[in-house]
Amino acid sequence: MSSLLQTRGLTLAFGGLVVANGIDFNLEEGERLAVIGQNGAGKTTFINICTGLIRPTAGQVSFAGTDITGRSPRHIVRQGMARSFQLPQLFLDHSVRQCLELAGMARQPRLPFWRPLRRSADGAAVDRVLELVSLAERQHEPVSNLPEGQRKLLDVAMSLMLQPRLLIMDEPTSGVSSEEKHGVMEILMRALDEQKVTAIFVEHDVDIVRRYATRVAAWISGGIAADGKPDAVLADPTVQRQVLGV
Amino acid sequence: MRYTIYGAVALSVVVLGLAAAFPWLKLPLILALCYGLAALGIVVLLRAGQISFGHAMYACIAGYVVAYLSQRFPHLDGFALIGLGTLASLVAGMLIGAFVVRYREIFFGMLNLALSMVLFTLLGKFYAYTGGTDGLRVGRPTLLGVELARNGFETALLVLVLVCSLLVIWGVQRYFRSSAGEALMAMKSNEMRLEYLGISAKKLLWQGYVLSAGLCGLSGALFGLSQGLVTPEMGYWLRSGEFVFIAILGGSGHAVGAFVGALLYEFLKMYAAVLVSGAWQLLLGATLIVIIYFLPSGLTGLLRKRRAALGGEQ
Repeated sequence: MSSLLQTRGLTLAFGGLVVANGIDFNLEEGERLAVIGQNGAGKTTFINICTGLIRPTAGQVSFAGTDITGRSPRHIVRQGMARSFQLPQLFLDHSVRQCLELAGMARQPRLPFWRPLRRSADGAAVDRVLELVSLAERQHEPVSNLPEGQRKLLDVAMSLMLQPRLLIMDEPTSGVSSEEKHGVMEILMRALDEQKVTAIFVEHDVDIVRRYATRVAAWISGGIAADGKPDAVLADPTVQRQVLGV
Repeated sequence: MRYTIYGAVALSVVVLGLAAAFPWLKLPLILALCYGLAALGIVVLLRAGQISFGHAMYACIAGYVVAYLSQRFPHLDGFALIGLGTLASLVAGMLIGAFVVRYREIFFGMLNLALSMVLFTLLGKFYAYTGGTDGLRVGRPTLLGVELARNGFETALLVLVLVCSLLVIWGVQRYFRSSAGEALMAMKSNEMRLEYLGISAKKLLWQGYVLSAGLCGLSGALFGLSQGLVTPEMGYWLRSGEFVFIAILGGSGHAVGAFVGALLYEFLKMYAAVLVSGAWQLLLGATLIVIIYFLPSGLTGLLRKRRAALGGEQ
């Protein structure tokens, strides 16, 4: 059986600067992979390549057995790989509920331009996701009213509306106060479990990694330096020295 | 929906009331509504965060098609002329749209401007077909088979333009609230997110662009019929600028805004010409500054503020 996400010799170089250095990587269905690494180690670049924002110089990405190298983000999302962003990417002129309704409608082959959005959208699915991420109370507020933590949740919630097989989250808890972090992660993990979504998340907080990941991959200068069970990777001397700075 | 009905009723009362009280206002009112239709085309683009300084070209295309057909086939009914003129602009919008939707913001605006100036020049140079800078006369056609004298024709045209405007307000407002319309507005706040939902922003903008070309086309066809003459000036950049001016004046919050803006604009122009005949543009400029400074989302921005105060109730 092939993996859900697989990369072979993934390389990206800007002139002499190598930001992805022949990455071979496999992700199985059901995993919760935490990606750790210093700033500039190439974590976000890796996500950007997998989700189609950047085309690799060499190598191959396949998702659920299909080669998706060089395909557009739109195409890849439609295959079932969604992502959320370090800086939440939301529709600031819309309400919380409308954002989710739009995300839900995105799964349709074409958007209707006569029936009102609120009547075309699957209201029950929107309610369920609102409940999952605890945003039901603020659903009619403009997105611009939300604090950062809830914006992060909404960003992920929009991806959940797509019912993806794989969700890649770029630093879901950055910009969230440390008291809120565990709350945000609890909500996210519950939502992922409920929808049986495989997940990759970039994370700096070791506590969070230990608690929520089933596997950890440590990035050092454009490559994976260690990959395996959280305890083993976090105890690795190279990782401790170069990633965690212990 | 409530605002659509209020807006439609208010617009009808104002237009028909003014026309009944001051019959000489009929033609200015027709022209104002035509401007409103075209400005609504710009509003569609504004909602996507784009602006075009060349949309008068679509009004011009429709106007010339109407003029050409009315000369070539004098028995063609007014409704057929309007339909065919609008259709020509729609088709032009589809073709040009396929190319320009790859650009954004200033590039999008300037490309439209450039294309409209090419059309303007061609119309001026191909004298044999277009009558050059003198333009083409549009004969007075029958309306649904009825032949009308000048006065009756103007009244009928005013009613027709008003009905068209009301239908367009209803239809376009419905589009704004639909999934495609809301996604078009989402394009303004975050195009990347749209792509990451699997929605093609280009396709959305193309749809909006074709709609806006069609609206400008309808406006141009009606304009040509009511003026009895089309000239290349119809597609000149100053005209495109007027459409943008009205769109900003009215705001993009509701489809009715463009028409409110257009009426205001027409009357401003009329009174400014009387008050300060040598410098009427001064008054327009001052108005625009006031609007941008105090009401950056136009007159319909007031509705939005009220709606926000009511807690998101529509």
